[in-house]
Amino acid sequence: MNAAHTEPIPNALRPQSGFAMPSALEAEVDELITHYPVKRAASLMVLHAIQEHFGWISQEAVEWTAKKLEVPPINIYELLTFYPMLRLQPMGKHQIKVCRTLSCALGGAYELHKHFCERLGLDAHKHGPQTTKDGKFTVEFVECLASCGAAPVMMCNDAFYEGVSRQKADEILGGC
Amino acid sequence: MPEEYKLVLKYADQPGYTPDIECYLRHGGYEVLKKALTLPPKDLPDGKKKPPQEQIRDDVKTSGLRGRGGAGFSCGLKWSFVDRKSGKPIYLICNADESEPGTFKDRQIIHKDPHQLIEGMIIACFANDVHLAYIYIRGEMPEGAKLLNRALDEARAKHFLGKNILGSDYDLEIYIHRGAGAYICGEETGLIESLEGKRAYPRIKPPYFPAVLGLWMCPTIVNNVETLCNIKHIVAIGGAEFAKLGAPNNTGTRIVSLSGHVKRPGYYEIEVGKATVGELIFDPNFGGGLRDGRKLKAVIPGGSSAKVFKAGEKFRLKRKGPDGKLVEQEVDMLDLPYDFDSLIAAGSMSGSSAIIVMDDSTDIVAALANIAEFYAHESCGQCTPCREGSLWMSKALHRLTHGQGRAQDADYLIKIADNIPGGRTICAFGEACSWPVQSFVAKFKDEFVAKGAADEARRAKEMTAPVEQKELAVAQVAVQH
Repeated sequence: MNAAHTEPIPNALRPQSGFAMPSALEAEVDELITHYPVKRAASLMVLHAIQEHFGWISQEAVEWTAKKLEVPPINIYELLTFYPMLRLQPMGKHQIKVCRTLSCALGGAYELHKHFCERLGLDAHKHGPQTTKDGKFTVEFVECLASCGAAPVMMCNDAFYEGVSRQKADEILGGC
Repeated sequence: MPEEYKLVLKYADQPGYTPDIECYLRHGGYEVLKKALTLPPKDLPDGKKKPPQEQIRDDVKTSGLRGRGGAGFSCGLKWSFVDRKSGKPIYLICNADESEPGTFKDRQIIHKDPHQLIEGMIIACFANDVHLAYIYIRGEMPEGAKLLNRALDEARAKHFLGKNILGSDYDLEIYIHRGAGAYICGEETGLIESLEGKRAYPRIKPPYFPAVLGLWMCPTIVNNVETLCNIKHIVAIGGAEFAKLGAPNNTGTRIVSLSGHVKRPGYYEIEVGKATVGELIFDPNFGGGLRDGRKLKAVIPGGSSAKVFKAGEKFRLKRKGPDGKLVEQEVDMLDLPYDFDSLIAAGSMSGSSAIIVMDDSTDIVAALANIAEFYAHESCGQCTPCREGSLWMSKALHRLTHGQGRAQDADYLIKIADNIPGGRTICAFGEACSWPVQSFVAKFKDEFVAKGAADEARRAKEMTAPVEQKELAVAQVAVQH
């Protein structure tokens, strides 16, 4: 067998043991579907709802969504590998997203990202999201967060922070 | 002295102004919608009657409003292209996928005055016989999505949305649709694909002009947040009155996002063309100048895809002389009026009206590497020239900023950039990723060449050095990566 074939598939779907869809979430999904004349259109909103609940999107969740929206599972999977916000694996409890793009870079985004990585024992030069061993934090660079006048900016989960100094960064970590 | 002119942001930053409907109503909110819904049909000379919808559409044409998202296309014309005879429903989508680097104006409206957007949107929908509309908001704005959802609920409760709005017999529903971190969703056909639940692959035009074959292959209007807010003001004061704001063919106001190395970064609403690029950067009413002791190096005038201006750059532009005749004049980059046409004449664009200022502390090669990495990350991957080209450019620039450059990299970058745009790709992303590379390298070529040459010289020296030093050099490179 060729060695390349034994390497794991990048962005593979992962199983989620004991996957069960809570009835409240299913009701939310059913309501979302009513917003569209075509069921498939609800997919992004449904995936957001699922990710908000479970923290990530598993193979079971993809299959469940596909069945619900009456599309083949590939039509859901292909979204997961296209949209950066959708997660194929569990992330840290607190997800720190530092804006990397020009105005923030001019305002010290790289130093901020490095500061988070150093504080949390992560590698600032590594590409993509990195999670601490205890699963508490995920740190990643993201592209422009649209608040360039207050650089550098970042998000910690849904909370948005502007003009983040090292001191402010430490306060954010301390509040997690 | 140039000043702000607050039309869209009239109330947003007033102390005590809140995003809820009661506050909006206290400030005259939804009165313009009432006016629009109760416009009487207008008698025409031939005895026919012009319905209110058509009157509003004509008014928007008269206003000269140009799209605030980036392309600056006439809103009235865009609406006039809508196929109204197909028998299919007409959809309207508000493009709130604000993600052009440097831009943060729509965020202000969404967070501080969401009802203004909704009122403008309802009027636009009414004028175009739309009964189902969406706000496509970028995924990274969860707070904005929540605020808009709450605002929509409030509007429904007051019968500004839903069935038989305010007894007018007009029905409309608006829903929020969240993106999930892809810049390409700001491209209107990519946005439509994304709203349909697919990857945001832009569609080829022709045939897929949204006005004819848009959402679910139905006629569709896609308008920016700020554009839709302006619809409210056009109906409020009339298209002719609106057209008096700003400059001819560049009417109304624009919210300018100012970022980078200025003392007062922020968003400033101006009459279009009533302040120059230089005034926006240096005037105490706006950017307030550069940080102390610094000199201007470069300005990106319209979001990161706009071609960069170099400090001191001069353009020969045709301008109206005192006798009204067009004469050619030499204009410094800083003296360009900040409007659509002047910046196009100077070879760049006002795009999403985002100015990024760079002073002389900026490593221009690193700045371009940053932009190129953005585009390499955000290319949707459909068209080979863009998918591969954006990545090659980013890799070459990564090399140049990590000690591995070559003197000929400047020419190499230009060669790639020249082979992406110009009809080789489905959408304008090809242009968007090439323009910064073409302009940065052309205007600052000596810096790119010098950096590459220095790397080459250092490597040549390392090759002839004793073995231990060579190993050390290899180790250093490994650390840098």
